[in-house]
Amino acid sequence: MFECERLGDQRPGFRGRIVERTDNGSIPFRLRELGFVPGTAVQVLRHGPLGDPVELELRGYRICLRRGDLNTVYVNADPDRA
Amino acid sequence: MSTTSLPSTPLRIALLGAPNSGKTTVFNALTGARAKVGNYPGCTVERREGRIRGTERAIKVLDLPGSYSLRGESLDERIVEEVLDGSIEDKPDALLIVVDATTMQRSLAMVLEVLEAHAGLPAALVVTMIDEMRARGGRIDFGKLSRILGVPVLPIVGHRGVGLDAVSRALQGPEDWSPAKRFDRTDEPEVRYEWVDRVCHDIGATQIRSDSRSDLIDRWLLHPVSGALVFFGVMVFVFQSIFAWAVPSMDAIESLFGEVGRISRAVLPTGILTDLWADGILAGVGSVLVFLPQIVILFALIHFLEDVGYMARAAFVVDRIMGWVGLQGRSFVVLLSCSACAVPGIMAARTISAPRDRLATILVAPFMTCSARLPVYTLLIAAFIPAQMIGGVFRIQGLVMFGLYALGTLTAFTTAALLKSTIVRGKLSTFYMELPPYRVPTAKLLLSQVWNSARAFLKRAGTIIFAVSVVVWALLNFPRAPVDLAASAEAQAQQQLEVSVAGHLGRGLEPVIAPLGFDWKIGVGLVASLAAREVIVATLAQIYAVGDPDDFDGLRGALQNDTDPATGRPTFDIAVALSLLIFFVFALQCTSTIVVMAKETGSWRWPAFAFTYMLGLAYGASFVTYRLASAWIP
Repeated sequence: MFECERLGDQRPGFRGRIVERTDNGSIPFRLRELGFVPGTAVQVLRHGPLGDPVELELRGYRICLRRGDLNTVYVNADPDRA
Repeated sequence: MSTTSLPSTPLRIALLGAPNSGKTTVFNALTGARAKVGNYPGCTVERREGRIRGTERAIKVLDLPGSYSLRGESLDERIVEEVLDGSIEDKPDALLIVVDATTMQRSLAMVLEVLEAHAGLPAALVVTMIDEMRARGGRIDFGKLSRILGVPVLPIVGHRGVGLDAVSRALQGPEDWSPAKRFDRTDEPEVRYEWVDRVCHDIGATQIRSDSRSDLIDRWLLHPVSGALVFFGVMVFVFQSIFAWAVPSMDAIESLFGEVGRISRAVLPTGILTDLWADGILAGVGSVLVFLPQIVILFALIHFLEDVGYMARAAFVVDRIMGWVGLQGRSFVVLLSCSACAVPGIMAARTISAPRDRLATILVAPFMTCSARLPVYTLLIAAFIPAQMIGGVFRIQGLVMFGLYALGTLTAFTTAALLKSTIVRGKLSTFYMELPPYRVPTAKLLLSQVWNSARAFLKRAGTIIFAVSVVVWALLNFPRAPVDLAASAEAQAQQQLEVSVAGHLGRGLEPVIAPLGFDWKIGVGLVASLAAREVIVATLAQIYAVGDPDDFDGLRGALQNDTDPATGRPTFDIAVALSLLIFFVFALQCTSTIVVMAKETGSWRWPAFAFTYMLGLAYGASFVTYRLASAWIP
């Protein structure tokens, strides 16, 4: 039921967690350093004026990234929000 | 290598931590320095040092650019790596790691990384913004954190100075700091974050609510429609206010300098030195000082936007558009900061990790309207654009000014697109930008920043503009014209201008600049303005002061009334003014920018390239503007 999806595809309001995958290595190293690691809760806050970039909240801070870069990150929606 | 310091050499303590964690605020508080701070990541891009005041022991603090890890991706981050490795200078004697209490769940990963890699150095943790953390429902057990890490933990509120005494006391003896626990090295961020999550849970750092004020503001400012409206609204307001306040303040300061000139002439003996003082220095430097109020308005706004947290939001809003021209949101932050001055702007491009994006940003940065253009724009617009209102709200003058800023920005973007698709081609780089909470700057901070900028402007007036004024005065006054007792003072002055070195130079230049509508006087101004843009104002003021020695009452009037002695037609009209304005939008007339560009790109090739294409563009655009304006505007 909770199939994992790409973080870049999520709509504003999405809440979920980053999942462990065999291809986690493809997440850019800098994103991993910024805390995009399995188990981390993320929330999609809003999209930029033309759909990009995406503003996220994780680990108590806010950051914006482009969708293309976020699509290396896979997430599971929180069950109560899905 | 030993890390104990000899008594004679000062103790060196490095400040490091994530971008926007408050390192420079701590640095300024400890050393009494006035380094630039702002509420956006990437405000500090170079290493700087200062001495702690009032201590027996000599202690130097190194302020480093922010970085998210020790594996630096961009140039500013690599400085941190190099300083800690000891590869560009001796290793520091101790480390002060600065973390923002509200981002503990991320920042502790870098703390761990530093403790892993530099176990031998005394280290302490400074936790900033605890007021904000508490307001957002957070309660962190700092004692526990200190026991877990082993090192001292010092909570502070940097901008209010709370807790800084303890930091400054601790810095007296890093040898006495409790040593960090041993942490095994790892290359996997995932491993570190497992530890971070456990620690944050134990010390209570996971219970911080998101900032509801920022949420509310962002709902409006980051909204596609209202965000853009607010942005344009603010800009239009600023340019309107510059003109609403410009003319009265220009009148006041101009008449003040006019009065000082008259009194000087009355009191001092007639002679060449009095001429130098009244026509050279007072007219030259004074004509630039007239613009101090406008500069203050502009800088107050820029500093406010930086301090409140708007810069990162601007990057968010325009990142997509920047993507079209092959750049990214970070480039926009750099370009926006160029509206103060291109020199720190070009240095700030270090935060852009992709070398090609960085180069393209540097090459277009001088198109952004810097504060040195403001005096030129204000003078010409106030003199030649009618002070009428449109629709009862907008001043035409303010709109023209806004148009010039918009044109500069637009040109920067288009040129970036051209460069990125030709000579600095490269794929789209990763863009990430932390969005800090909105923060209300203290009045004290804002005032001191505006004062610093005003001081920098006054310093320029006292150095570059003063020096160029003296040189230009000499070029205008030598060789001396033969004294003709029969001629009127005015004719005699005209005679002097004709025979002077500058006069010959200007006449020589005239065939080249005549197609743009410029006469020899503007030509002399343009040559002088290669040193710095606002020098043209000083130079024109001097030329007119020499030409009308008895009664120089301001440059605007002199420009409006000047006529060509041969034809009797006015030297300046709207077409000439517009042509000159357009020239200043495009041309790279700034020695400091050229030098910093060479330094940052590592070669003189790029500044030479930028100077050439910008001059070409300026010439072409002025030519077209002059022709069109002459044809259409009666």
